[in-house]
Amino acid sequence: MAAHMSYEDQKKLVLKGLKILGFITIIEVLVALTAKGHLIPGLEFTGPMHYIYMLAMAAFSLYKAYFIVFFFMHLSSEVRGLRWSVLLPTMLLVWAIIAFFNEGSAWGHRREQIRKKNREEVKAPANGSLDYDKETTMFLI
Amino acid sequence: MASEAAVLENRQEQDEHLWSGGKSPFKASYGKLMMWYFLLTDAFTFAGFLISYGALRFSSVTWPVADFVFQKVPFFDVETPLVFVTFMTFVLIVSSVTMVRAVQEGQRENRKGVVIWMLATILGGLTFLSCQAWEWTTLIKAEGVTLTTNPFSMHEESGTYLSGEDLTGMGYTKVKKDFHGATSTYFLRNGVADMEENRFFVKTDHHGVSHAGESFEAGRPYLITIRHDTHQYEHAAYKNGNGDVVREAFGPKAFGDLFFFITGFHGFHVFSGVCFLTIIMLNSASGIYGARKNGYEMVEKIGLYWHFVDLVWVFVFLVFYLL
Repeated sequence: MAAHMSYEDQKKLVLKGLKILGFITIIEVLVALTAKGHLIPGLEFTGPMHYIYMLAMAAFSLYKAYFIVFFFMHLSSEVRGLRWSVLLPTMLLVWAIIAFFNEGSAWGHRREQIRKKNREEVKAPANGSLDYDKETTMFLI
Repeated sequence: MASEAAVLENRQEQDEHLWSGGKSPFKASYGKLMMWYFLLTDAFTFAGFLISYGALRFSSVTWPVADFVFQKVPFFDVETPLVFVTFMTFVLIVSSVTMVRAVQEGQRENRKGVVIWMLATILGGLTFLSCQAWEWTTLIKAEGVTLTTNPFSMHEESGTYLSGEDLTGMGYTKVKKDFHGATSTYFLRNGVADMEENRFFVKTDHHGVSHAGESFEAGRPYLITIRHDTHQYEHAAYKNGNGDVVREAFGPKAFGDLFFFITGFHGFHVFSGVCFLTIIMLNSASGIYGARKNGYEMVEKIGLYWHFVDLVWVFVFLVFYLL
């Protein structure tokens, strides 16, 4: 617990927390508006810049999360065992994020492929006859 | 002053008894420890939701553009992306800060301080909930986003919106039909049945201003206008690069589901937080916790929960509004 801090120091920490969280939020919003082309005309983050932007946003948010958990929820002043018993399980989420985002992109590729195939126009073979599968009643192309 | 060896021996002795019961190896009470583990499980629930949002978003070719969807501000008829939701974020941050103050006053056994700061926290929570109610109302009523329909999307190709004359010139028939007592005007390709999915409209925004003749590029966001008198979504007709007449399509359905479900689940946490804060504030005021002489531990426990709600919002704000 933050019991070893004086009351004045505690109040200072609170004010510091407000400043840090508020400041990061403002930065986040300004960066987001710039990235999407609302602040500087003609400037919009695309391609690799967009990925850097997304990573930066995630980093800002993780820092805010760290600050809230360690100083507002006082996890930094808890016993080491308690700290790790809460933090270690969340590491599982790292894999969940990698796996599911990868899976999501794979769905996206499939969807794109289906749309492309659906738009393709079917041409009859040169000899004029289509192979016909009697069991599935489908043309084999 | 004890020698180093004596200190070490004493510590080993303590360790031996550490796990034999009666002591808390984590130096935290049962209630506080279980609050931590509850929050850990809750973090997994939210992470599951947010990760499914990410997976579904990556799987869709188009996705509504957040700064286009969330640009309304109550009382002002302006379009300012992200401003209102930034305000909501600040409300939660400030209510988290007042909560820390309440916990600190509790540790000093200052009953009046606890009650005042908790009251401030409750007001913050209520303000946040009101903002969310307004945001939901705008999305559902004014813009027509529901669990099954999402009129927000993003153009996949560039094109030009067509006017009524353009459409009749191309051989489309103008049709007028009454819905809920109001007349809707749309265009049909000749010989095509008058079904909802065949109707072409002239691009008009919620103020009734026509946007026919305007061009757009691929990647630009759009909203299929819902007319409030006819209750019809008016899918605008546009001409793409190949000269085909195309109808604006609905955006991915998952957007509305995810938005209402995840922000709703978070809002429900805020709501239950406000309820518990109120109960604990009243108990603090009555002096129950003061009599326990444990530094208002109940206030500390609900404080953990309240900070967690703020923590979740950090990530909801990230995925729904910033990215």
